[in-house]
Amino acid sequence: MSKEEDEMATRRKALTDIVKGAGYLALGGLTWGGYVKEAKATEFALRPPGALPEKDFVKACIKCGLCVEHCPYDTLLLSEHGDKKVIGTPYFDARTIPCYMCVDIPCVPVCPTGALDVMSLTSIDEETQEEKLDINMSKMGVAVVDPDNCVAFWGIQCDVCYRACPLMDEAISLVYEKNERTGKHAFLKPEVHREICTGCGLCEKACITEEASIIVLPHEIVTGKVGAHYIKGWDKNDENRLRKEKELEKKGDEMKSTLDYLNNTDDLFNEE
Amino acid sequence: MKNSKYLILRRLVQLGLLFLFIGGNVYGWKVLEGNYSTAWVFESFHLSDPYAVLQMLATFYMPLSEVLIGALILFFFYALIGGRVFCSWICPINIITDFASYLQRKFNIAPLMKTKEVSRNIRYYVLVLGLILSSLFGIAAFELINPITVLHRALIFGVGFSSSIVLIIFLFDLLILEHGYCGHICPVGAFYAATGRFRALKVFHDKDNCTLCMKCKIVCPEPQVLGLIGKETAKIKTAECTNCARCIDVCDDDALKFKI
Repeated sequence: MSKEEDEMATRRKALTDIVKGAGYLALGGLTWGGYVKEAKATEFALRPPGALPEKDFVKACIKCGLCVEHCPYDTLLLSEHGDKKVIGTPYFDARTIPCYMCVDIPCVPVCPTGALDVMSLTSIDEETQEEKLDINMSKMGVAVVDPDNCVAFWGIQCDVCYRACPLMDEAISLVYEKNERTGKHAFLKPEVHREICTGCGLCEKACITEEASIIVLPHEIVTGKVGAHYIKGWDKNDENRLRKEKELEKKGDEMKSTLDYLNNTDDLFNEE
Repeated sequence: MKNSKYLILRRLVQLGLLFLFIGGNVYGWKVLEGNYSTAWVFESFHLSDPYAVLQMLATFYMPLSEVLIGALILFFFYALIGGRVFCSWICPINIITDFASYLQRKFNIAPLMKTKEVSRNIRYYVLVLGLILSSLFGIAAFELINPITVLHRALIFGVGFSSSIVLIIFLFDLLILEHGYCGHICPVGAFYAATGRFRALKVFHDKDNCTLCMKCKIVCPEPQVLGLIGKETAKIKTAECTNCARCIDVCDDDALKFKI
């Protein structure tokens, strides 16, 4: 083989090797990436108090289990394969063991990454002006009542969830209504106040029906979004929400340029 | 038991640490809490896996200083002092892959591929790919499959189906690729290998004592680092050496020892 041919052969081999390497990377990346995507697309999870919104929480949690170790009631679990949660992250099942709302919140300050945010559970004492932990600020989820299976909606007196609630009369109140069927009794229907409910799940644990008729769901699942089309004319603060949405829209304006281009007919008849 | 001083010491360290972690969860001991992603030591400071924190940063999440400092401590410890001692002295997966390798030697089991036939650089690609995927999908990609922490969580928080990963790695090493997981794939070890070149602790080889028996090359999980055997009196430079000291154990001629 001449020297030139030899050089060509090395060059060819180098090129093939590069392409081959890229192929291996693509093979690995697509397989692994597919798994990551699947592993992230999970069922909802009830997180410990103070958890960041789910999207940020799964980034921030380093899966060390310190919150789980410091939970005195064994409420918190670390997810495993088959639990349908992001693997290794903490969650709890309210029907099995709910959050008992420890006043010193042992699970949160031990979090080393900030996935459980202490500041979201800190309020300032009005008298001493000192910062203090307040478990009642937690937003682990929202209790939702199933009116078809809750016996209180049948006219049977129960009020177990109402009494189990650590924020009785604030997070759950009883609504009195006349029972037209019997004509002489009252319905005592539980009503959840979303802005106060912490999602601790004590109500779900206490519920007397075979499957709980009041269950805790994460905020992301039960919260809707009105959009900018509706505005409360009677509420001055609602104007701010609209302004915010407008600002967001403006930021997205550049995206619309293609459509504008198609709709713009000014130049169309401007032939010279 | 003869010629196993370092091996026994390593197993004691590996199992001892696991024991302390398990005690931390079950009995509330405050020596080591958490796991190998992040350990809380005496409830005063954290030690964090630098690669896990790097993946977190790749998702554009800025963690609290606790884990950042914890990751820096370990990063500098391994980079400047220990090299890959995590792999051979701490990581529990090492016990499994060493066992697979022992069985291969003892019973002459030939895996599908010998270690020489497959590139040892795959792990560096896995390392980079892990960071890219973390960034793309907004979640620490390797931490979803990291068998070290999966096994560790299974041991500390209760054994479940996840612990089958141990068997998978054992069989992979035993039957498919010799020194497969730790030597070819694991990006955690690759991270320490890539950063450990300037470590203080190195294995030193004395050519004059060497009788070329090659026992060291047979037991070494990263045999490519022993190229200097019988040729050169020097320290092993490449940080792919895990400082496991198995070569020192088996050498009958006093030709290998630790040197700082």
